[in-house]
Amino acid sequence: MVIERIEAQLPGVVLDRHDFRGDETVVVAGDRFLEVVDFIFGEGFQMLLDVTAVDREDREPRFDVVYHFLNLTSQDRLRIKVPVAEGCAVPSLVSRFKSADWSEREVFDLFGIPFEGHPNLSRLLMWEDFPGHPLRKDYPLDGGDRFCSQDIGASFAPEARSLNI
Amino acid sequence: MGAINLDDSVMTTRLDSVVNWARKNSLWPLPFGTACCAIEFMSMMSSRYDFSRFGAEALRFSPRQSDMLLVLGTVTNKQAPVLRQIYAQMAEPKWVVAVGVCASSGGMYRTYATLQGIDRVVPVDVYVPGCPPRPETMIYGVMQLQEQISRESLSSRKEHIERFYQSLARQEERQRASGQSGYQTVREMVLEAGEQGEQQIW
Amino acid sequence: MEPTPLAATPRPDGDRMIVNMGPSHPVTHGTLHIVLELEGEIIVKATPNIGYLHRGVEKLGENLTYQQFIPLTDRLNYCSSLMNNVGYTVAVEKLLGIQDPPRSRVLRVLCSELARIGDHLVCIGINAVDIGAFTAFLYLFRERETIYDLFEMMAGQRLHSSFTRIGGLFRDIPAEFEPLCEQFLESCPRTVDEMESLLTHNPIWAGRTKGVGAITPENAINWGYTGPCLRAAGVAQDLRKGQPYLDYDSYDFDIPVGTTGDVYDRYLVRTEEIRQSLGIVRQCLDRLKQLGPGPVIIDDYKIALPPKEKVYTRMESLIHHFKLIMHGIEMPVGEVYSATEAANGELGFYLVSHGGKSPYRIHVRPPCFPIFSSFDEQVRGRIIADAVSVLGGMNVIAGELDR
Repeated sequence: MVIERIEAQLPGVVLDRHDFRGDETVVVAGDRFLEVVDFIFGEGFQMLLDVTAVDREDREPRFDVVYHFLNLTSQDRLRIKVPVAEGCAVPSLVSRFKSADWSEREVFDLFGIPFEGHPNLSRLLMWEDFPGHPLRKDYPLDGGDRFCSQDIGASFAPEARSLNI
Repeated sequence: MGAINLDDSVMTTRLDSVVNWARKNSLWPLPFGTACCAIEFMSMMSSRYDFSRFGAEALRFSPRQSDMLLVLGTVTNKQAPVLRQIYAQMAEPKWVVAVGVCASSGGMYRTYATLQGIDRVVPVDVYVPGCPPRPETMIYGVMQLQEQISRESLSSRKEHIERFYQSLARQEERQRASGQSGYQTVREMVLEAGEQGEQQIW
Repeated sequence: MEPTPLAATPRPDGDRMIVNMGPSHPVTHGTLHIVLELEGEIIVKATPNIGYLHRGVEKLGENLTYQQFIPLTDRLNYCSSLMNNVGYTVAVEKLLGIQDPPRSRVLRVLCSELARIGDHLVCIGINAVDIGAFTAFLYLFRERETIYDLFEMMAGQRLHSSFTRIGGLFRDIPAEFEPLCEQFLESCPRTVDEMESLLTHNPIWAGRTKGVGAITPENAINWGYTGPCLRAAGVAQDLRKGQPYLDYDSYDFDIPVGTTGDVYDRYLVRTEEIRQSLGIVRQCLDRLKQLGPGPVIIDDYKIALPPKEKVYTRMESLIHHFKLIMHGIEMPVGEVYSATEAANGELGFYLVSHGGKSPYRIHVRPPCFPIFSSFDEQVRGRIIADAVSVLGGMNVIAGELDR
């Protein structure tokens, strides 16, 4: 499959791979990421569906930026994960895929991961001077608002009622 | 010249009754539609439930031309200052109906991004629960508002509207002083009120 | 009637005016904000500003169990809620490596197609209202009310039914469903014909929508378009045919493909999709008769709740019930991305599980997100009226755009 072709063309670039439930996934380092993308674009993976991230709070590097690609001719999918540490940047794909524009802005907004080379890296879903990055694991779900977990008129007990029963 | 019988052509009543009767039967809504409740509102306006029976067919998307603000759907923290501005621009008499649980109390979204009820930032007259409320429920909510309107007095400006405009002035002052955006100012006001156990910022 | 060519570049001596479209506006697509820089009536730059309906669904999902997330999926694309339920439960079932029973698969296809019809009815209706054709909206909403009646009969709620469960469905359809569905299959094609007679050959409609928002197939693919907007541009991509799920490869239907990708083609593609979906619903009803009665949820009580009679009479079922409610489902460790063909395009769910009762990360890939991000390119050099048509043709639903 395509992972074998990547390994044949660019040896040493694949740090890890799996195909859990049939989803082909490769883990690639940030500095060789653009080479891989250019190669798979030539292989037919011409649609970038989505860019998102996962905060692995108990691991270094902290974040995994996850890209999903689709090959319209063979209907194959590929997931590329790029591990990135706190504060480090990932190269932006905006020059190759216009769909990366807003997806990368959203990852920057919600996780705080900067993208190098993005023409307009500003917040997308939250307002410009919103403090913090909400989808990080250390950001509280209620954002500091007591009324999220306590009812109006109820006695304000110090323990908030959690959503998990 | 003999006496004229005016029994059939003169009606005696109080001024408030007549004015309230006119107001409650010609409520022009401003559908502040954000989410799913707006779709049920569209059903309510269509032929089966027919909201225009209540004098409310004239949907006015401009706050200057409407009297009833129907908040349909989730109001997020980013939307809160927008809602306040729209409410401020409406001319009196004006009423607010919070349609759906998201507008009434934040609904199932107990998160950093959702305002836990629009009554934290604007005064509300009627809360219509449901997720989304059926069109009949929304019509019932508007009928409750009509009952409320028929009992109003015309004497003075309503106290809650006065308090709202004072809170708007405080918000603008704070925004000018700190240089923050309107979104962040309103969010901080809401959080501070929450810290004190106060539900409302107006 | 050929549309008059518009100036592609602004006059250098013109004044620029900035106009806000939204976030509270009459174009009834949910809450969006577009900052338009205008020279006269010509749009020089359009900057969408989204996030006014960002409710924090993805973070909330990390604190809820997999079953508790189902009602949140309803409220993503709220015009076709059932498709979101189906998409999410298919993703969780992929993660678990299970499959729902045959009757449940047929019913899921049935309600997905009904939801798709409903979504297209709303989209075309709202597009028409924005352009000024109010009558089409009223006729189409009458059909949508019948779809609401069908959903209410199936699931108990008109709009947000949360009908699917992990491993199948909430319950089987009642006996009254089929006659009403047959009646719907008779009346809907007639309503769509009425709507087409109002719009398709109407010179005003054609003048407002032909040539507006045209896009080439390569550009559409690069922007990440999927769904009717991509098919209108000429790319025959439909997950129901390309990567079939829920036995879609066993149904007989066509996918309509346009030529120019403009708003008129998108309207035609959606209209034809309604007709094709009606055909699929007919096939589902026939298939249900063939299959006969059967279970609609998987028999594994570690995943699906046991029936109430068993919970009240057997100890083992009581314990299963308790564990499912209090501790959730035992999930394997891993990550999946599962996509279904929603009404707007490819709706994807990316689930990362660390084995706990809540997902470690849940991400929704909304179909209208990349489509709306191309709004600037689509309307530059055109007039404001075209911005309204293009917005209608894109079918932007703020619930799924912002999550």
